[in-house]
Amino acid sequence: MADDKFDSIVVGAGPAGVSAAITMARAGLNVALLERGDYAGAKNVQGAVLYSKMLQDVVPEFWKDCPLERAIVEENLWVLTENSGIKAGYKSPEYAKQAPANCYTIIRVEFDKWFAKKAEEAGVNLLTGVTINDVIKKDGAVIGVRSTEGDELFADVVIACDGANSILGQKAGLLKREWRSDEIALGVKEILALPREVIQDRFNLEGDQGSTIEMVGDFTRGMLGYAFLYTNKDTLAFGIGCALDDFQKSNIKPYELLEDLKSHPLVRPMIKGSKSIEYSAHIIPEGAWNSMPMLYASGILLAGDAAQMINPSHREGSNLAMAAGRMAGETVAEAKKKGDFSAKTLARYHKKLEESFVFKDMEDHKDVEVKVRQNRDMLTVYPRLANEAAHEYFLVDGIPKHDHQRRIIKKVLRERGLMHMLKDVMILRKMIGE
Amino acid sequence: MADEKRLTLEDKLGMLTYKNDHQSHIKIMDAAVCLKCPNKPCVTGCPAGVYTWDEDKKKILVAHENCIECGAARMLCPYANIDWHPPRGGFGVSYKYG
Repeated sequence: MADDKFDSIVVGAGPAGVSAAITMARAGLNVALLERGDYAGAKNVQGAVLYSKMLQDVVPEFWKDCPLERAIVEENLWVLTENSGIKAGYKSPEYAKQAPANCYTIIRVEFDKWFAKKAEEAGVNLLTGVTINDVIKKDGAVIGVRSTEGDELFADVVIACDGANSILGQKAGLLKREWRSDEIALGVKEILALPREVIQDRFNLEGDQGSTIEMVGDFTRGMLGYAFLYTNKDTLAFGIGCALDDFQKSNIKPYELLEDLKSHPLVRPMIKGSKSIEYSAHIIPEGAWNSMPMLYASGILLAGDAAQMINPSHREGSNLAMAAGRMAGETVAEAKKKGDFSAKTLARYHKKLEESFVFKDMEDHKDVEVKVRQNRDMLTVYPRLANEAAHEYFLVDGIPKHDHQRRIIKKVLRERGLMHMLKDVMILRKMIGE
Repeated sequence: MADEKRLTLEDKLGMLTYKNDHQSHIKIMDAAVCLKCPNKPCVTGCPAGVYTWDEDKKKILVAHENCIECGAARMLCPYANIDWHPPRGGFGVSYKYG
């Protein structure tokens, strides 16, 4: 394959890579999309919630043939203690009143296959079962890639979308170190099969409406993380993720944590009678903004998980990847017109990201995780206090309401103190995004 | 039924499809490093139980064929002693749902 030369090679057929490939193919470029799995999606894991806007920017009217599961009309947050929970949620069918809905649940592998097929339809050369483990450089610029089997492919620009463990980012010198364990979260997940009607009845959903539940509380045993339960058509996606350095220190097995949560009194009835049909695990680059590597150099761009493009406080990542992939593709198409693939020209990618929601959102939420880490007990103290307060509030035991309320206030003040709570509120405000 | 029986790791891995490569994509770089590692987070933290401590041989055994390619191993080892690379093209786990 030594004399094969493309306008661009994209490594990794995930949301970032496919978005980049489609964008370039539509601009008339000759594009190769390389995927190490036997098929697009084979190695990919996500919750998964798909946000419409960023996909629509790449595939207009995607909803007409995209394998979507349920249109999300309800989002919930559960704050759990060992044997109780506070449920907060918002439901509005308005989100799904017309296509596309705000967001959908998807089966990630099915979605990736569909998305990669869209790329092929746009003229992209998709090659699966190819693991790329090195870049080829000439005079300091990246001019191609090399596979584990020693095959070489050449292009004007390589777009590395090779995921959270970006070998190419390292080989190209964009990332000059390994990630630290405190920049990474590890998630485990199961797909639980349950008849469609049962899901609809149990979750109060009509037709293809869907809902999401995120859970926080002491089930993570003090580790920084959360769990989720999403509704698909006839499956549930149930997972939990925690900071990798916490797994390191705690010696807790991630799959045991998931198994324990299945028997929580609030979770158990939701998944009752289901059958687990797939187990999966993946890392999430939660260092995000503070860990972002260099995004471009002569002949190469980096996008998606490979570039730590995550908004950890808002469950977002694949949407940032699609937007960034599209902008990377646009940048390369512009560079092709100029016939200049130097770092100076490719810097336009960085500029585009700066002007978009991608950098704005990431920068806004950059210190959330740092702050929560510094106030770790927030994760256990508040869920417990809030649950105890609710318990008091609803208890009817012959003691006057007034006394109950005073007991709640006293308990909260004793355990946390006013100044401490004010500080925590500031952090929580930052988490939500002010 | 998932709600009645606690799934073991073997149950979980048993649901997956792999194409096994005789050539391992994982290597413990220096076995001596593991001797001084007190709590061996690779043994507990790996979601596929790829790493086990062999008390007789005093070394970490690597079951690379169980790897589900989450990508954590490189950072999970506090001594950066695990050389993990994606399997060769086409090998390893293939998710159906992901």
